[in-house]
Amino acid sequence: MALLEVERLTVRFGGLVALDAIDLAVEKGQFVSVIGPNGAGKTTLFNAIAGAIRPSEGLVRFDGREVQGSPSARMSHLGVRRSFQVARPFASMTVRENIRVAAAGKALLQSLRCLGLRSRDRGIAERVDELLETFGLARLAERKAGELNMGELRRLEIARALSSRPSLLLLDEPAAGIGADGIGPLAQLIRGVHRSGLTVMLVEHYVGFALSLSDRVVVLDEGRKIAEGGPEEVRRDERVIAAYLGKEGSRSTGTNPLGGGA
Amino acid sequence: MSYLLVVGVTIAIYAVLTVALNMVVGYVGQPNLAQSAFLGLGAYFAAVLSTRYHLGFWWTIPVAFGVAGIAGFALGAISLRLREDFLAITTIGLNFVMVAVFQYLPFFGGAVGIYSIPVPSIGEHHFGNLDYLILAAAMLALVVGVSKYLERSWLGASLFAIRDDESAAASVGIPVASYKVVAFTLSAAFAGMVGSLYAPFLSAVTPTSFGFTESVVILSMLIFGGLGTVRGALLGALVLGALPEAFRFISNFRLLTYGVILLLMLRFQPQGLAGEASAVSRLVGRLASPLRKSRDHGPA
Repeated sequence: MALLEVERLTVRFGGLVALDAIDLAVEKGQFVSVIGPNGAGKTTLFNAIAGAIRPSEGLVRFDGREVQGSPSARMSHLGVRRSFQVARPFASMTVRENIRVAAAGKALLQSLRCLGLRSRDRGIAERVDELLETFGLARLAERKAGELNMGELRRLEIARALSSRPSLLLLDEPAAGIGADGIGPLAQLIRGVHRSGLTVMLVEHYVGFALSLSDRVVVLDEGRKIAEGGPEEVRRDERVIAAYLGKEGSRSTGTNPLGGGA
Repeated sequence: MSYLLVVGVTIAIYAVLTVALNMVVGYVGQPNLAQSAFLGLGAYFAAVLSTRYHLGFWWTIPVAFGVAGIAGFALGAISLRLREDFLAITTIGLNFVMVAVFQYLPFFGGAVGIYSIPVPSIGEHHFGNLDYLILAAAMLALVVGVSKYLERSWLGASLFAIRDDESAAASVGIPVASYKVVAFTLSAAFAGMVGSLYAPFLSAVTPTSFGFTESVVILSMLIFGGLGTVRGALLGALVLGALPEAFRFISNFRLLTYGVILLLMLRFQPQGLAGEASAVSRLVGRLASPLRKSRDHGPA
């Protein structure tokens, strides 16, 4: 059974149809990328799945449960965690606290725990240390998150999202704003996260980056799904090439806008 | 001596109000210009119950705590529906509503207020100024203790996360709405609690002593001292509470002075004197860092 199923998901902002009847299924352990030109509805799709916006129509089924319209805190408790396109750290808190505060657990545990001291929870402290180490943040642990550079913030957001051991990770343009030399190591980290058994969905503007990581690729254009398949299949798809060429779109250039893989 | 005690009690009461206000404004980052309304609720309930219903002083403390807490809960619930600027205006309005309620509801004694509130006593001993000071200090210790504990608890960290970024907080499973309401409730309850002391200390309560200007004074103290930290709240209450006593001429221009201080602080030093990233605490941090280093490198 698919971990995440999206059926005829539609989001309208006033008269604008941002997402038009999207169907989508993500199997457990898969790595699925969502690509498309600017304004295709990629982030809207993530927001609707993660509970940040309420879909106008359609179903979202997670782990067999219908969850469309659930607020983001509940989606987080169910096991869906995300990063943001524009990094959103808890700027006044240290890097360690950023990750720790996100690890308070599911709803019941969290309310039982909320009056307890953070430093008491040894299990969580170990988990946080482990994440700090994995994401190369250990030496920044006591720095305020507001002082980090873009690359560090991207890693912090992923570490924070992973702190509660989610079953689905949504990454919204994790490569945006970090230099070309930062992309390789970031791809390695994300691949590592996926190999550890997590199901990952990635929205990405760098098409090469997305294709190199994915088992399957979903292509959106103007709120509609125009193609879906393996990376190679999508790279050759005429409709996809047309969608990208028709716009100023992707950063990849050359004869084929979907260019060589990373 | 007695005069100094009176000043001391006044400052301690302001300190309770400021530290309590910090839970909402400092920790969660929600504007609140209604702190004196909660003080007034506590003071009025204590006054009415002790004069008209002869409730003992010690019982008025939990009642004042509870009544103000319920009002704070209501404000917290309202705050969820309002953006920051509208919330600020709503809390300003709340002051005027409360003053009107005190003035026009017969239960609260009308425009003249309530007089000759009985002096609290322990056994045969009636409260003097020193007793007020001790009790005010005990209440201050309680609210400081709760604040300090909150800062180290899961709830406290979640409040900071909400202050920094609500959407991100929700995305990691923090129940933003209920935690905000908890902060409003706690903050108001402590303001009400100290009201139960304020009423017999002044021996009279009048509607206008709990108006908007008092709320501005309390918020000025917090912003002057530094948002988000207990030490900032304490420092603000101490300095701005003592200022009119130290310089008599200021008390004639009290509001003007506080208003000017508030504007200057917001323009030039928004972190306050002792806030998290203020000039003073950075200086202290710099001075202390060589000490810390030498300790780290010392023998284990």
